[in-house]
Amino acid sequence: MLEDGDQTIVQSETKSRVDQITSPAGQPVTVLRFEGDIASTSKAAVLGTYQALPKSEVKLLLLDFTKVDYINSSGIAVIIQLLIEAAGAGQKVSAFGLSAHFNKVFTMVGITKYAGLFPTQVEALASL
Amino acid sequence: MSGKKSTTVEVRLPTRLGFEKVAMATASSVAKLMGFPDDRVEDLKTAVAEACINAIEHGNSLNEKLSVGVVLSAGTDELEVKVIDDGTGIKHQPAKPDIDRKMHGEEDPRGMGMFLIQALVDEAEWVAGTDGKSSYVRLVIKLDKGA
Repeated sequence: MLEDGDQTIVQSETKSRVDQITSPAGQPVTVLRFEGDIASTSKAAVLGTYQALPKSEVKLLLLDFTKVDYINSSGIAVIIQLLIEAAGAGQKVSAFGLSAHFNKVFTMVGITKYAGLFPTQVEALASL
Repeated sequence: MSGKKSTTVEVRLPTRLGFEKVAMATASSVAKLMGFPDDRVEDLKTAVAEACINAIEHGNSLNEKLSVGVVLSAGTDELEVKVIDDGTGIKHQPAKPDIDRKMHGEEDPRGMGMFLIQALVDEAEWVAGTDGKSSYVRLVIKLDKGA
């Protein structure tokens, strides 16, 4: 039985995790790993996690969508907000792990002009 | 629906964000039964989700006393989806989103739903209800497209 205000039945909460890795060229790379849905409710998990990073230290940023099943236009808008802030901070951003469908959708809306899209973390790292 | 016999499935959603996923799952099931390839099913799911989100946010203005109707009509060679809300319909089509303008703060980062719908299905039309409500968006995806 659905109860009023029960959002968990159909919405999968966005989880995010920050990893620090090193590129093949030896540069530090920050990876934001997302899990769940990316929608209007994801602002804190996506943008909030990004904004908590030390801007002066982060120069290379990877977005990991491997465990993301659903992205809607509001979620894409949140990603664009992240890209706006990253561009302002002079950070280079790439993304990986999108399904073929969301790779197409991100390309349709023009995100590829501001963030490279790659199938895997290895390929994204190699592009940096 | 080109006058051919069709099978209809109807779903009624609460006006609450997140429930568009119920419509997506239903549309996906019907499309798979009709034999649509996986990539077209994904296109349809996103288009239906965006239509339902627009109906919830704009058509019904997040009023939980209202509901969103989703009617899927499966014909022999196409699937039609109508997403119906209690709004007055859209006055004009928004401009195509411009990523450069968004990145430079000259355009709202949001506002891509209608663009995605039009880009992902074969036909999309927005129809204002004659009684000032019961407006709907009608989407059509054709079975031979991309096959």
